[in-house]
Amino acid sequence: MSKVATPYAEKMAQSQKEISISDFFAKNRQILGFDNPSKAMLVSVKEGVDNSLDACEEAHILPSIQVKIVRCPQKDRFIIKVRDNGPGIVKKQIPHVFGRLLYGSRFYAIRQSRGQQGIGISAVVLYGQLTTGKPATVISKIGDDHPCYRMEIMIDTKRNRPQVLSEQVVLWDPPHGTEIEVEIEGRYSREKKQSVLEYLKATAIVNPHVEITFEDPDGEMRRFERVVQKVPDQAKEIKPHPHGIELGVLKSMLHNTEARKMSSFLITEYSRISPRGAKEILERSGIGENKKPHLLSPDEVQMLYDAFQATNFMSPPTDCLSPIGDNLIRKGLRKEIDSKFAYTVTREPGVFRGTPFQVEAGIVYGGELEAGGPVKILRFANRVPLLYQQGGCAMTHAIENINWRPYGLEQKGGRGIPYGPAMILVHVASTNVPFTSESKEAVADVDEIIDEITRALQALGRRVKAHINKRQKLKKVSEKYSIVREILPEIAKKSSSIMGKPIPPLDPVITKIMNIVVIDSGIHYTEGNSKDGSDSVTEVTIKAQNYTAKPRKFRVMVKVPQALIQGIYPESYRMKGDAIEWDVGPIHPAKFEHLGFSILGLAKDDYDEVEVFYGNLPGEVIGADPL
Amino acid sequence: MTKKRIFKGNEVAMERLREIAGSVYDQLMKEEIPALEVSSRTKNNIVLSDEHNVWKYGEDVVQRSAKDLGGATGILRSLYTVDFITEMIKDGKSSTLREMYYISEGWNKAKFPAQDDSNKLAEDLEIITRCMREDFKLRPEEDGARVIGNITIEELNRKGDLKRINCKDDVGDSGYGIPYNVEQEKVRFKSVDADLILAVETGGMFDRLVENGFDEKSRAILVHLKGQPARSTRRFIKRLYEYSNLPVVLFTDGDPWSYRIFASVAYGAIKTAHISEYLATPSAQYLGITPSDIINYDLPSDKLTDQDISALKAELTDPRFDSDHWRSEINLQLKIKKKSEQQALAKYGLDYVTDTYLPEKLSEINLK
Repeated sequence: MSKVATPYAEKMAQSQKEISISDFFAKNRQILGFDNPSKAMLVSVKEGVDNSLDACEEAHILPSIQVKIVRCPQKDRFIIKVRDNGPGIVKKQIPHVFGRLLYGSRFYAIRQSRGQQGIGISAVVLYGQLTTGKPATVISKIGDDHPCYRMEIMIDTKRNRPQVLSEQVVLWDPPHGTEIEVEIEGRYSREKKQSVLEYLKATAIVNPHVEITFEDPDGEMRRFERVVQKVPDQAKEIKPHPHGIELGVLKSMLHNTEARKMSSFLITEYSRISPRGAKEILERSGIGENKKPHLLSPDEVQMLYDAFQATNFMSPPTDCLSPIGDNLIRKGLRKEIDSKFAYTVTREPGVFRGTPFQVEAGIVYGGELEAGGPVKILRFANRVPLLYQQGGCAMTHAIENINWRPYGLEQKGGRGIPYGPAMILVHVASTNVPFTSESKEAVADVDEIIDEITRALQALGRRVKAHINKRQKLKKVSEKYSIVREILPEIAKKSSSIMGKPIPPLDPVITKIMNIVVIDSGIHYTEGNSKDGSDSVTEVTIKAQNYTAKPRKFRVMVKVPQALIQGIYPESYRMKGDAIEWDVGPIHPAKFEHLGFSILGLAKDDYDEVEVFYGNLPGEVIGADPL
Repeated sequence: MTKKRIFKGNEVAMERLREIAGSVYDQLMKEEIPALEVSSRTKNNIVLSDEHNVWKYGEDVVQRSAKDLGGATGILRSLYTVDFITEMIKDGKSSTLREMYYISEGWNKAKFPAQDDSNKLAEDLEIITRCMREDFKLRPEEDGARVIGNITIEELNRKGDLKRINCKDDVGDSGYGIPYNVEQEKVRFKSVDADLILAVETGGMFDRLVENGFDEKSRAILVHLKGQPARSTRRFIKRLYEYSNLPVVLFTDGDPWSYRIFASVAYGAIKTAHISEYLATPSAQYLGITPSDIINYDLPSDKLTDQDISALKAELTDPRFDSDHWRSEINLQLKIKKKSEQQALAKYGLDYVTDTYLPEKLSEINLK
């Protein structure tokens, strides 16, 4: 070591100060996702909307959110306004929520939340302040009997503390809610894949309980309707699992715990550590049961950490996750994309490194979707759309590694993003979504997650294939219908009139041309009068038509949902689990038989596809799958 | 008053068309899916008939079955067309192919999507019934071309009277117009006084020969082909040949498309292979312009286009040109890469074609 080293370091030490978090982010804004003007615009809207959604859901309010972007006279300047109907914020907390970075983040409770995605709304306030020098304006009201406050807030970046520039009581019509208005430097793009509109549209798809209105800088209004009238269940908080904890976090947990003894620390601060498990860990790491947690030496902390990894625990509880639900994703997709076929799947929860996660996926096929290009991919983590870094995301990798050609989509070389008139949606919910980087724009390639996504996508692929097959079959059948219903009678009429003979009977020829059994099914929904919808009726009708030359006897089975079923006809049916089964026939050539039943108490579109199966029937059958 | 006349050809056609409807009806009565069989009309199904020395359809047949939508619609269209033609013949009317296409507007499901489809169906019916379109009283848009020369014919005019016409004395400079139907019941040959039948491709050359009096000087019957000749023109040449036994000689431009005109007059065309024996005159000879003429007469010429070259190459494998003479001429043309029009002979003056070129060429093939 040289002699000048120490004095110089001492000199340096005089200028070395603790840099506040705000100061740090002020100098490294790309870490917050404000890399460029377009992205800054998107991130600002996203933080505002995410914040509003979380607030509404926590208060069990169906969110109604208004987003407005106004162009300022200065180039690349915009005012962003996000207003919600949430619970509002008490006066004392308003400055902290909007004027202090990382405020309110709870350290050790783990929960699936949107908030994981970003740094929070205060980062937008900071960004606006840095680029325009203007404060953010916040209006908030917590109830009809309470005053509504309007505050102008800036962030003291040195101390990471809010500065309230002005505060006044104002009149505001809504009973409760919050509005934030920030002026930022940004760029508004209309067409790009990563646009505000695309983000809002994607948000509306996975949050069908949300209503969003959006006014763009040109004053154009866009409305995303609410299709589900129920606030999703709040995800539960859980304690961390010993396999999902990092060394640094373990250290600070030891330091901050209120537990006095190691054994109680382990049992109370973690999930899935039983008294026996705690004993095993402590024996393995050679730490005394009664040792005070904050007195552990660095070596002991390491030993404890190693003992965590070496010990088997029950998987973490997974009921803490709040998936969207396949039915709701389907409703969301149908609402935003006009397409006949939408299929969704929600997988059972899984665990990676002590962290629960759950995969949901959906696919839309045909309709208005373009056939020529690669399929569009919609990625979501904890209900938040991921718009950047598609190529680096586990969801994309899972899609690329599936051979889609057997499922009826085109794909060059059986790898890569498939081509076709389809859109694929993947949602990963987790208490701790493993992102590839701090910008939280792509999910890391965790084997367990990729496996689950792959399985979900394969299930979707099989449905798409079945759908395509069915469509081709239907086309063939509709051609045959057109022959026997329109052309053949004309042929008979014309030939008999030329020959001056009576019109021949056509049934035998019709059955020869069709040579098929057609099982048509239909759904008719009648809304009830009662408020809970218990008297709404979903009528299901099935018509089995024999277009073959022989009388047919066969079995028909229909899957029914868990609901009150009544009026099943014909009465010679059997209930088999979640299915109704009939023995049909003999139906004579060119004749038919009607079957049906009613379901009570479903919401509209809850039951939108009759799944019919048949048995004991040789030859071609349309409208049902073999048992 | 117009006399309604139904000729024997029409009667046969009506009977055979009725058979089509009858076969469909019988199939329905037998509980069979109705189907019609038609010869496959692809190049692969064209064979040289030894009997007639012309090109005919082979044995490949296509089933038009009501099993599929296309087949069913085809059968329905056939029935509508049969009905339409039968009624038309009974009424003593005729119609153009185009008129039939428009009339099908009222046929609902049997309506033709395009005139091509109705033309094709008319040809299908010819194949099935072994009758000719003329027997169905269907005619093309354009009539046949013109004739000048010393023949006398009788044509049944629209008043139902037989009109005697001498194609030299009773016609103007444009000659006798060949009607769409040149069958026996419509056109009869009464007398011929000539040494050859000279078929000419272009109107310009036809008029030149007429102006120069070539028909009288060389005792020729001049027939204007008007490019690729209409069916009635080919049928007229065939009937005139059979009546007079005079040699038939073709005088066209010197390019691959003109050689095809010759082939269709002499051996028949793919589209009409089912009636080649009615239309083709296998003894017809090609006079010129030949590729050798281009060199020998040092004719003004144009460069061959890519299409010309590929057409020539296709002709090298076409059995209709399978002779030493044609092979050497085509290869010569591919070598010199030139083509000439018949009117290029005007380079040597307006009389050169009649005074020099034609006499020389005709003596080459021992006609004068």
